[in-house]
Amino acid sequence: MPRITVTVDGVTYEEEVEPRLLLVHLLRDRLGRTGTPIGCDTSNCGACTVMLDGRSAKSCSVLAVQADGSDVVTVEGLAQGNEWHPMQKAFHTEHALQCGYCTPGMIMAAIDLLRDDPDPSEEAVRRGLEGNLCRCTGYCTIVRAVRRGAAEMSKAREPQEVPAP
Amino acid sequence: MSEQLDAGLIDEQIAESGRLGEPTDAREVGRARRRKEDARLVTGRTTWTDNIQLPGMLHVAFLRSPMAHARITRVDASAARAQPGVVAVYTGADFAGEQGSLPCAWPVTEDIVIPDHPPMAVSEVRYAGEAVACVVATDRYKAADALEAIEVDYEPLDAVIDMTEALAEGSPKVHEAGNRAFTWKFAGGDIDAAFRDAPVVIDRTYVQQRLIPTAMEPRAVVATTDGDDFTLYSSTQIPHVLRVMLALTTGIPEHKLRVVAPDVGGGFGSKLQVTAEEVLGLLITRRLGRPVKWTESRSEGNLTVHHGRDQLQRISLAADRDGRIRGVRVDLLADMGAYLMLVTPGIPILGAFMYSGIYKVDAYDFTCTGVFTTKMPTDAYRGAGRPEATFAIERAVDELADELGLDPVEVRRRNWITHEEFPYETVCGLTYDSGNYEAATEKALALFGYDKLRAEQADRRERRDPVQLGIGVSTYTEMCGLAPSRVLGSLSYGAGGWEHATVRMLPTGKVEVVTGTSPHGQGHETAWSQIVADALGVPFGDIAVLHGDTAVSHKGMDTYGSRSLVVGGVAVLAACEKVKDKARRLAAHMLEASPDDIEFAGGSFTVRGTAEGRTIQELALATFAAHDLPDGVEPGLDADATFDPDNFSFPHGTHLCAIEVDTETGKPTIRSYVAVDDVGSVVNPLIVEGQVHGGIAQGIAQALFEEAVHDAEGNLLTTTMADYLIPSAADLPGFTTGRTETPATSNPLGVKGVGEAGTIASTPAVVNAIVDALRPYGVRDVRMPCTPERIWRVISEAGPAAPVPGRATVPASGPAPAPVSGQTPAPMSAPASEGGAR
Repeated sequence: MPRITVTVDGVTYEEEVEPRLLLVHLLRDRLGRTGTPIGCDTSNCGACTVMLDGRSAKSCSVLAVQADGSDVVTVEGLAQGNEWHPMQKAFHTEHALQCGYCTPGMIMAAIDLLRDDPDPSEEAVRRGLEGNLCRCTGYCTIVRAVRRGAAEMSKAREPQEVPAP
Repeated sequence: MSEQLDAGLIDEQIAESGRLGEPTDAREVGRARRRKEDARLVTGRTTWTDNIQLPGMLHVAFLRSPMAHARITRVDASAARAQPGVVAVYTGADFAGEQGSLPCAWPVTEDIVIPDHPPMAVSEVRYAGEAVACVVATDRYKAADALEAIEVDYEPLDAVIDMTEALAEGSPKVHEAGNRAFTWKFAGGDIDAAFRDAPVVIDRTYVQQRLIPTAMEPRAVVATTDGDDFTLYSSTQIPHVLRVMLALTTGIPEHKLRVVAPDVGGGFGSKLQVTAEEVLGLLITRRLGRPVKWTESRSEGNLTVHHGRDQLQRISLAADRDGRIRGVRVDLLADMGAYLMLVTPGIPILGAFMYSGIYKVDAYDFTCTGVFTTKMPTDAYRGAGRPEATFAIERAVDELADELGLDPVEVRRRNWITHEEFPYETVCGLTYDSGNYEAATEKALALFGYDKLRAEQADRRERRDPVQLGIGVSTYTEMCGLAPSRVLGSLSYGAGGWEHATVRMLPTGKVEVVTGTSPHGQGHETAWSQIVADALGVPFGDIAVLHGDTAVSHKGMDTYGSRSLVVGGVAVLAACEKVKDKARRLAAHMLEASPDDIEFAGGSFTVRGTAEGRTIQELALATFAAHDLPDGVEPGLDADATFDPDNFSFPHGTHLCAIEVDTETGKPTIRSYVAVDDVGSVVNPLIVEGQVHGGIAQGIAQALFEEAVHDAEGNLLTTTMADYLIPSAADLPGFTTGRTETPATSNPLGVKGVGEAGTIASTPAVVNAIVDALRPYGVRDVRMPCTPERIWRVISEAGPAAPVPGRATVPASGPAPAPVSGQTPAPMSAPASEGGAR
């Protein structure tokens, strides 16, 4: 069986895996990282979205062996201690979740979306999240949350104002 | 927003809970509290059933019938049993003496046919996806591998997927007793008189296509045993009902069975069930003595989660020339699928009470025939009977408006119950306690800009614009708060409609609330905390809400039918009142005053006219110490309460949808959507908005996107999310929502329920808009889902390629039109053009 090395939420694991094992099953069943759920088997729903080397990937569509040497960040790795990621806060503030099953994937996809477009319009958010399905919210609050998260993140990136001499 | 909790600061609630004894000054009920539930959901620290790992746990996979109807002549599992990692393989025959029939709790008529429904088929399969055998193995991959090694010989039998065909002479029989499950009739008023010499009769047939609920979390079951004690974790909406039913089905004594619904990722009715997999999970763990898990794949789920809707509705309206509706006649065929599941027969019956909608109707006649077909059974799906009924009446009222040349809103005005007329006893036998249809409609029309959009529509018609504008209105009411137990009894439902709650003050002044409702996204932990915070005067953060575990919450009727707040939330309030009563007696004792002189405010009991008092937290500690209790008073400050409502509640509202239809491609694009709902008093406006949004999305999805499609042999063609299109963010518009508040009179909170409102209202609003856009083309109906192809076909088939300039409509607020002459249209006996995948 192939032996792989993968870093998940900052912890490095060395695992022997069957070649057919899906990354999402490695995360959930082998490593106990159950924060990433599975919603379908055709990569349509996006519930299992994680960051794979910095870009979002549907972990049901990646083999564990393909993740060899990679850095994986799941929803469980986003918060810094008790301080949530701005996107997690934004989802909470805007009531962008109900049952919450799609939420981890939605948050990961949203963060990736902002890498390409740090200030997306409503339309851009809707297009950008097309690969993530939610059955509870009707998406309006998710769109609001992503835009709020974007604003908070760009605020955090702004250089500190230096007082005039 | 500043008054709310800052998002994401987990510690804030903890900090808040540190204010022991400090009274809250702001009222919690009515406040847009951010949800307590979110903390674990946005950080991934959830307990979905599939997250549960138990020592020694095995994985179950099911072999499912590839045929809709066949005799099983041989099953050979020997090769599968020999595979590595396989612990056991079972067929239906292996459990023949053990697997009880899956229960149907709603025998709607005395002569109803309730077929035997084994969890695994033994000799015959009756729908594609029915379980035939199962493998138990050390991991889910090995279990799936072994399924392929099981050989099953099937002798194909004829499938029957169409209800009309199923009722025809000589049709293949789904069950020996025939394909008619029941006929249920209901009538009010003199229907013959209403239709006799009626100047206008509208007669239409509508297809409620079959839908797949598609909760984002696939179903999952973990069953475990410890000697003769059993625990079942299931992603279910109904842990309490499930426990009773499983005890009756499996023979495991109820007191030896604990059912837990951990975090549940959505339901929409699809998890309101006693499933084959839950029963078999228990039977397998009983045989093997080891924990077992089954988690469905989405494609397995599309086949075997019960489906919704699937009705053929013939509705007739008799009306006067001024648009006044005299009578409504409904002849309904309801597809049961191959078996009757928990409440399958009751779903169309729930709808029976809603066909008169918000209107004053003199006479009503309803007949429903439940029909067996070789398809997955149907059962509750968001709204459960009420969306279907509302769709039919709201579509038919639009047809009446068209026939009379009246504005659709005007026809509604001429018929609806006015706000002075409540309480109003309907021809369907319900008493609507309160409502104000005028206010909700006026608000919706204003938010929507109705007159302006009508003007634009006229302009587009005039210009023969290839992109036509349609405006759809839907004015609805629904019956929520299921339900008065005596009413359910009169309808032969197998259980009551009450709900239970326990409220207990802990020695340190914190509060635990135990609720019989079982949430799956509705935010009960937050809303129930708000109710308790106000009732007891304790901080929001000091309250924990426990649910979904029969070992903790020993009785309840669970969550479905928008009943949680209306029945369960009121039970919580009732338990708080009992706690307060006891606390008052204690305070009187400690303060040496008469209970009548004790006042309660802000969490403190004081002697009238003095500053002397005790906080409720001090009283909780005093009852824990129990050093000085009045005679006959037991230690502890806690209470149980049940609430059984006297009446349903009746949310209502007006939804308006503007759709642009490209007549050259058939593509519909929703331009704006406005919803004004009256759900009575509101506990948490944020949660209400979320529920309304989600409901609208689900109703739009029925109108535009979703359909479970079978081929002639009964194979489901929409087994994946690639084939069964649930809308994404890119497929839906933003919604404008507003509220009016007419409190319910049937419960002390004044609440009405909100979970299904959006779904009930939105489907007819959307289809009315599409048909409205296409009326100049002679189009009178488009069958759902209104896909671009179907729309294009009906335009093509309706006649001239260029639109006929539109008829003049009277503005909504305008004068009454002159009576029109003209003939009653020929009844449309068949649904509109098929098209699509069938």
